[in-house]
Amino acid sequence: MKEILIIIVNGVLVHNFIMNRFLGCCPFLGVSKKLETAVSMGVAVTFVMTLASLITYLFNSMLLEPLGMEYLQILAFIVVIAALVQIVEMALRKISPLLYRALGVYLPLITTNCAVLGVTILNVTSQYNLVQSVVNGFAGGVGFMLAITLFAGVRERLELADMPAWMDGFPGALITAGLMSVAFFGFAGMG
Amino acid sequence: MADERKSSAARIIRNGVLDENPTFRLALGMCPTLAVTTAAINGLGMGAATTFVLAMSNLFISLLRKQIPENIRIPAFVVIIASFTTIVQMLIKAFVPALDAALGIFIPLIVVNCIVFARAEAFAFKNTAKDSTLDGLGMGIGFTCALTILSSVREAFGSGTWFGIRIMPEGFQPMAILTQPPGGFLTLGIVLALFNAFEKRYLRKPSAIGKGAGRRAA
Repeated sequence: MKEILIIIVNGVLVHNFIMNRFLGCCPFLGVSKKLETAVSMGVAVTFVMTLASLITYLFNSMLLEPLGMEYLQILAFIVVIAALVQIVEMALRKISPLLYRALGVYLPLITTNCAVLGVTILNVTSQYNLVQSVVNGFAGGVGFMLAITLFAGVRERLELADMPAWMDGFPGALITAGLMSVAFFGFAGMG
Repeated sequence: MADERKSSAARIIRNGVLDENPTFRLALGMCPTLAVTTAAINGLGMGAATTFVLAMSNLFISLLRKQIPENIRIPAFVVIIASFTTIVQMLIKAFVPALDAALGIFIPLIVVNCIVFARAEAFAFKNTAKDSTLDGLGMGIGFTCALTILSSVREAFGSGTWFGIRIMPEGFQPMAILTQPPGGFLTLGIVLALFNAFEKRYLRKPSAIGKGAGRRAA
């Protein structure tokens, strides 16, 4: 139980996927202009990261390891994730059109989100068991959601600010992210 | 200088390094850019690994572009790119284990680097094998330059060294924050802002970014 708690605190705060590990920066910088879309993206990523952790753990321990084919990990994981995202998209469209309309556009983007592939590889290199892997995936996703939600909130305010032309847009967003990262840096050593 | 020789090869390379520099112009592949640029050697190594994957996957996708059906091209790209990433990871593990330790998870993550994907989709699937390889090389070199510049700035001010050699005077107090995670965002933001300001004030040509980059590094 204590270990699980440590993984959660680690994933959400100390080793936050964006602020500390730099995984998933593309959607973080790309889909954070509006608070609403940022939250949707965060939910979709959390969902896929949790599910991907589960499936790749089973895939790795039941297929790749017994066959001694660990060298195929990258290839196998990315194919599994791509297939998973596709299946989730199709299932969501059938089961809940409402949710599909909210998250649908973000799902294809998630395949190439390095946070998803990153968490599955981290699970293997940290030698987590099934429960730890799934918790790590979920905590990582929540950390991602926390960071992108906070960032989108700041950026919405920043839109109204009067910034010098050369700072406007991307450079300004990066400096903002840097200052946020300093705040998250305060959690270092806690986990 | 490339303007004199209007050969297409030089133009493709130049496009990747300057006009469409993946980091400074297109803002693609942000994760490795922010994460591994803590020391100049890491930036260079990451750039070289990515260049290899870019050039090889562009070559193979271009060779196979007539055989790959249009609607399953994305999975096909994924498999080709993942194969070359696996090769590069094995090579680095075998020959430069120190670099493997420094870059860690970001070597396997070349698979999901948007630059590789973007070039496969936008260039290699539509052009000849030779042009595609050159495009991969050009983009890779552009990415490598950007990473080396950023990591040089971070290493010089963050630990007072460059490629491990001490370059700052004795009394220099290193700004340790620059080699820590927040430093990645801050350095890229400041460097981009400086390029913007420099370009707006002095030059209108697209190559301004590249020239400004060279000056910053020196």
